[in-house]
Amino acid sequence: MKFTNTARRGVALVAAGTAGVLLLAGCSAGSLGSSGGGGGGGSAGATTITFLVDNADATVKSANAMIDAFKASNPEVTIKLDTRPGGTDGDNLVKTKLSTGEMAEVFAYNNGSLFQALKPTQNLVPLDDQPWAASGKLDKLFTDSTSVDGKVYGAPFGTAFGGGILYNKPVYQKLGLKVPKTWDEFMSNNDAIKKAGGIAPVEATYGDTWTSQLPVLADYANVEAAVPDFAAKYTANQAKYATTPAALAGFVHIQQLHDGGYFNKDFASAKFNDGLKDIASGKAAHYPQIGGVTSGLDALSNGKTNDVGLFAWPGQDASKNVLTGWSSGGLYIPKTVEGDKLDAAKKFITFAETQQGCDAFMKGSAPTGPFMTTDCKLPSDVTTVAKDTQAYFEAGNVSPALEFKSPIKGPNLEQICVQVGTGQVSGQKGAELYDADVKKQAQQLGLPGWD
Amino acid sequence: MASTLSTADATRLAPAQGVRSGGKKRPGPYPYWFLIVPGIIYFLFFAVPTFSSFYYSFTRWDLFTSKWIGLENYRTFFQEQALVIGLRNTLIYAVMTSGLKVVIGMALALLLTSKIIARGYLRSVIFFPVLVSAIGVGLTFTVLMNPERGLINQMLGAVGINGPGWLTNPNLAIFSVGLVDVWKGVGLATVIYIAGLVSIPSEYYEAAQVDGAGRWAVFRNIMLPLARPATASVITLSLIGGLRSFDLIWSMTRGGPGFASDVIASVIYKQYQAGFYGLSTAGSVVLFVLVTIIVVPLTRWLNRGDVT
Repeated sequence: MKFTNTARRGVALVAAGTAGVLLLAGCSAGSLGSSGGGGGGGSAGATTITFLVDNADATVKSANAMIDAFKASNPEVTIKLDTRPGGTDGDNLVKTKLSTGEMAEVFAYNNGSLFQALKPTQNLVPLDDQPWAASGKLDKLFTDSTSVDGKVYGAPFGTAFGGGILYNKPVYQKLGLKVPKTWDEFMSNNDAIKKAGGIAPVEATYGDTWTSQLPVLADYANVEAAVPDFAAKYTANQAKYATTPAALAGFVHIQQLHDGGYFNKDFASAKFNDGLKDIASGKAAHYPQIGGVTSGLDALSNGKTNDVGLFAWPGQDASKNVLTGWSSGGLYIPKTVEGDKLDAAKKFITFAETQQGCDAFMKGSAPTGPFMTTDCKLPSDVTTVAKDTQAYFEAGNVSPALEFKSPIKGPNLEQICVQVGTGQVSGQKGAELYDADVKKQAQQLGLPGWD
Repeated sequence: MASTLSTADATRLAPAQGVRSGGKKRPGPYPYWFLIVPGIIYFLFFAVPTFSSFYYSFTRWDLFTSKWIGLENYRTFFQEQALVIGLRNTLIYAVMTSGLKVVIGMALALLLTSKIIARGYLRSVIFFPVLVSAIGVGLTFTVLMNPERGLINQMLGAVGINGPGWLTNPNLAIFSVGLVDVWKGVGLATVIYIAGLVSIPSEYYEAAQVDGAGRWAVFRNIMLPLARPATASVITLSLIGGLRSFDLIWSMTRGGPGFASDVIASVIYKQYQAGFYGLSTAGSVVLFVLVTIIVVPLTRWLNRGDVT
């Protein structure tokens, strides 16, 4: 019990720390639109609502731009921006706020398995009656992962993206390499890059552990290509990572990359931002990542944003070269919101689903793939990563990530991937550990077949 | 808590030892109902959460609903791979930090009670790290210990030593964090020892001098045994702190790389983070029991010959 106190204090400290960082970030961001902190003229009957987003620079910029654009046409509603940490700390904060009834009127959050863990029917307002949710308007990738019993509970926030390998195009040109379609081609590219010297074939940034899991997550399109019903069987405790060769491959790949010495020298301590810098500058040739991260690339790329491209995670079969796709996240309203505030929250979300709202979003974050509503169009001058991603989407070569097909994701995947990537355990052992990790999540969710 | 000796603990502990000799019980001058207000606060904020946590440790709990599952959480917790590492690391960490604090704290106290220049200044310098927040210390040392760009390895590099990955080498990480913990907490141990050494009556030294005892003999036969209450305090406080240590480890390695520097507290916290609230509560109960099993007999033993 003494510990419980410590844990809480830990959360508070982390939160306080993040808030401090945010303050600093806010200062350096300088001229950005102020999100109306110190209340304006506040006429009688004005409604104030809060909009909660994660604290990534790009998200905060986008949210501020959306609030400003909304205010211009809706002066009677004041929206305050609130931020939360990303990752598991953020997940906890969202759950805690929901369970204590202190959630902001509108909040942005993931869909897929994380959305399911919020118990949407119990905690969120269904939004299927909203004009922007009319049939045919929203992409299936989004509605599938944001609905319960046919009712959609969220509105698209941002653009979709693919998960695969970010690569440096000038390095590929200089060494005369071709975009690989199979794992073997990819490894021979890595050999060529290693031989050329001076460039890290594969960037790993274990200083931010979440970045370690992409080789497993982005490989999922290949798993499904080989075992089409993997997600259903996996959810029902009938298929395992360790015993399904196509799924095991993700962990084995990490081991191969480590054993072959393909990682950058500082892989154990490098941070996510270092990874983005290295892939843009050409210090590294490949970076397993989600394309979504490139929305903040401009700030780090030193003008070389368009040197970075994206290709799908290479699998076993060149004829099935499919990109693992992530839907954009969602905007949600908690059930505790009522009356004027509920109207204001719905109004803001409706605005977010117009071209105007999407344009405002793009002021803060560069698009990383298509929008999930037909009401928003991408401009023509998008980044290379967004173009590469959209090409996969247009060709129909996208398959949703596992988190959209199954509610279970083991919480320790990132640590297990780090264990494999630093050579502490083998890929096979890593997959077994992950299967054990997944079991806890499935039991917590009370899924059938796991007790 | 990585600041294994908190000042509050120390001050609370010190008078308690003096009081013990009193012996006789007399009714206090104040009526018992004075206790009602603190009693209610204690009940609401300590007793209720403690006992409800025992209950929740037997359930699968997601903050919204809970389901009774008996001992399942404990079974899962003990099968956790990180727990085996965590148990080992917790013991290494607690023994290492409290051991070093005793030795270094005693040495510094000897130095700082002798007649040296700028004694008052040095005493405050030694104590200063205790006052800094553990998270701040953790973040600072994470930067200093960065294998490529950190100041420590750059300095080692300047004299031709290829410094290790202090926090990125799985075999080294827990020891690196432990050393930082000692750096941060040794000030308090020193202060306790200074108090212990200063309170030794000077007659003993004089008698020893008359008998012709050397410095080592004085230390071995007078200072060490008479500073025993101080040693007991330092060991108890830093061992409890070490067993429960969390914030320094979390801010420096988050239990990584992989699970290599996990301790029980961080394993529990990760379960909580993952939303396994019942499981993490069960872990807290395990930690509570473990600390009790180790610390209660140890304190008894350390204080057995406590004649003041």
